Amino acid sequence: MTEPVKIRIKNLTKEFHTKDKVFTAIDDVSLDIAPGTFFMIVGPSGCGKTTLLRILAGLEKPTGGSIEIDQSDCTRPCNSMVFQGDSIFPWMTVWDNAAYGLAMRNVPKGEIKEVVGHYLERTGLTRFARAYPHQLSGGMKQRVSIARAFANDPEVLLMDEPFSALDEQNKTLLQEELLRIWDETKKTVLFITHSVDEAVTLGDKIMVMTSHPGRTKALIDVPFERPRGVLELRARPEYGELVYKIWGYLREEVQHAKADAECAGGKS
Amino acid sequence: MSGGKDRWVKRAQVTGSTYLMMRRLLKMSAGRRDRLISVLSPFVLLAIWELSARLGMIDTRFFPAPITILHTLIGLMDSGVLWTHTWASLQRLFWGFLLGGIPALVLGIIMGLSRPVRAAIDPIIAATYPIPKSAILPLILLVFGLGEASKIVMVAIGMFYPICINSVAGVLEINKIYLDVGKNFQASRWQMFRTIALPGALPFIMSGIKLGVGMGLILIAIAEMIGAKSGLGFMIWDAWEILSVDTMYVGLIMIAVIGYLFSLFLTEVERWIIPWKVER
Ligand SMILES: Nc1ncnc2c1ncn2[C@@H]1O[C@H](COP(=O)(O)OP(=O)(O)OP(=O)(O)O)[C@@H](O)[C@H]1O
Ligand SMILES: [Mg+2]
Repeated sequence: MTEPVKIRIKNLTKEFHTKDKVFTAIDDVSLDIAPGTFFMIVGPSGCGKTTLLRILAGLEKPTGGSIEIDQSDCTRPCNSMVFQGDSIFPWMTVWDNAAYGLAMRNVPKGEIKEVVGHYLERTGLTRFARAYPHQLSGGMKQRVSIARAFANDPEVLLMDEPFSALDEQNKTLLQEELLRIWDETKKTVLFITHSVDEAVTLGDKIMVMTSHPGRTKALIDVPFERPRGVLELRARPEYGELVYKIWGYLREEVQHAKADAECAGGKS
Repeated sequence: MSGGKDRWVKRAQVTGSTYLMMRRLLKMSAGRRDRLISVLSPFVLLAIWELSARLGMIDTRFFPAPITILHTLIGLMDSGVLWTHTWASLQRLFWGFLLGGIPALVLGIIMGLSRPVRAAIDPIIAATYPIPKSAILPLILLVFGLGEASKIVMVAIGMFYPICINSVAGVLEINKIYLDVGKNFQASRWQMFRTIALPGALPFIMSGIKLGVGMGLILIAIAEMIGAKSGLGFMIWDAWEILSVDTMYVGLIMIAVIGYLFSLFLTEVERWIIPWKVER
């Protein structure tokens, strides 16, 4: 008996060839992700998280190994990415940004209107539909980016540290919003974060990556039920225990990464 | 890649530096007093000029008094001669823009998007850009004859370089993440061009167009001095031949006015087609 698999990553390796050396960003990562999983990836900075996501998004070619995304419905796009950092187009209004994926696929106007209207409402942006990004706060821009990805209705959502640039209040608020939207659709999500709290709050499963080269260090199940309330969850003792456990894995890796950096810095 | 990009941006900056200097000079007059001074100073200069002409301190054969020039200007307006020439020059500018500016824009954006195309065309542009455009006028006359075509081609060549160079720089300056977004959201080649490359490069393209119009004005005046029967350049040259110095000045004033009006117009166009540009 085999469980259904949405994303299958097999022996994935990625090397970057720069002028004088070969840099291994991802080394032999294998993963099976079940449909509807909210899958979290944590790891020290520079361990290859973004690279992994970019390979899944088709923006980067793997050096070795393979990835498969099971596409059950051919009319929907395979994946949509919420990029790390500012990625909404400054030359488009909030509405046009959110509608981007649908417009590129030539979805009928009426449907675009309905879908985009829905997600702007869910992200609290309805009032700003006609505004340009330079008129928005950082948190609002991030919401546009999330609305754009959700409105595209992909099979898999790839989110690369979408909240890392936000302050604590905004982050908690958006996490709650994200969970609410996700509960409607139950999409398969791959979510990168460097915050252990965020990983435990949002995820069903957490992968901890090793620092350079990026490998799987641990895979942890998150036992909390859904729907979840972000603040209620954080008050529970099991929450703290899980965070502590994951920090244990991560601490060694962060220290490795730091030692690596100091070593490289000392040489030059 | 980044080295190549820097080169384009630098080139655009060089073509833009004169323009920017003018802008800065105008901007420094932010204070009210400064503004007053800058409004008054041309009049003061004109008054001094007028006075010295009347007192015979300057040679009025070369520097006729401003009021005399004004009389000539009104005369040329009334007879319609001035409008005929102005209209002829404007038409050539327009066709030159269509013939040189639009292809430059498209080619520049394609070069910005595609590395092989850039590699192929970059050396040609780098080699021909420094040639003074006025120096190719004889060749253009030879090839296109003395008629309308040679004038339009001169303007087209003048507009081509700044617009093309700025378009390439504009596309290369677009943050790579936007191109990744386009790819991730399955934009086709044409959609990439229309939704990302063109709007992303638009601020650069607009300054290219402003520079191009300035260049076009210079070249149309030169081209019309040789083998033309109409246009402001012809009017100036013709006036020189019959030693009607006042008319020469009227021609110069008219070119200056056109240049100024174009820059006002383009700034307004810019505000309209780049609504996301933050006012500074
Ligand atoms: N195009 C590239 N060329 C060379 N090296 C690269 C390239 N892209 C990424 N790298 C290297 O690969 C490693 C992994 O990068 P990646 O962006 O995946 O890290 P990350 O885990 O997302 O880090 P962060 O948490 O800081 O975003 C880094 O050390 C980086 O220097
Ligand atoms: Mg990253």
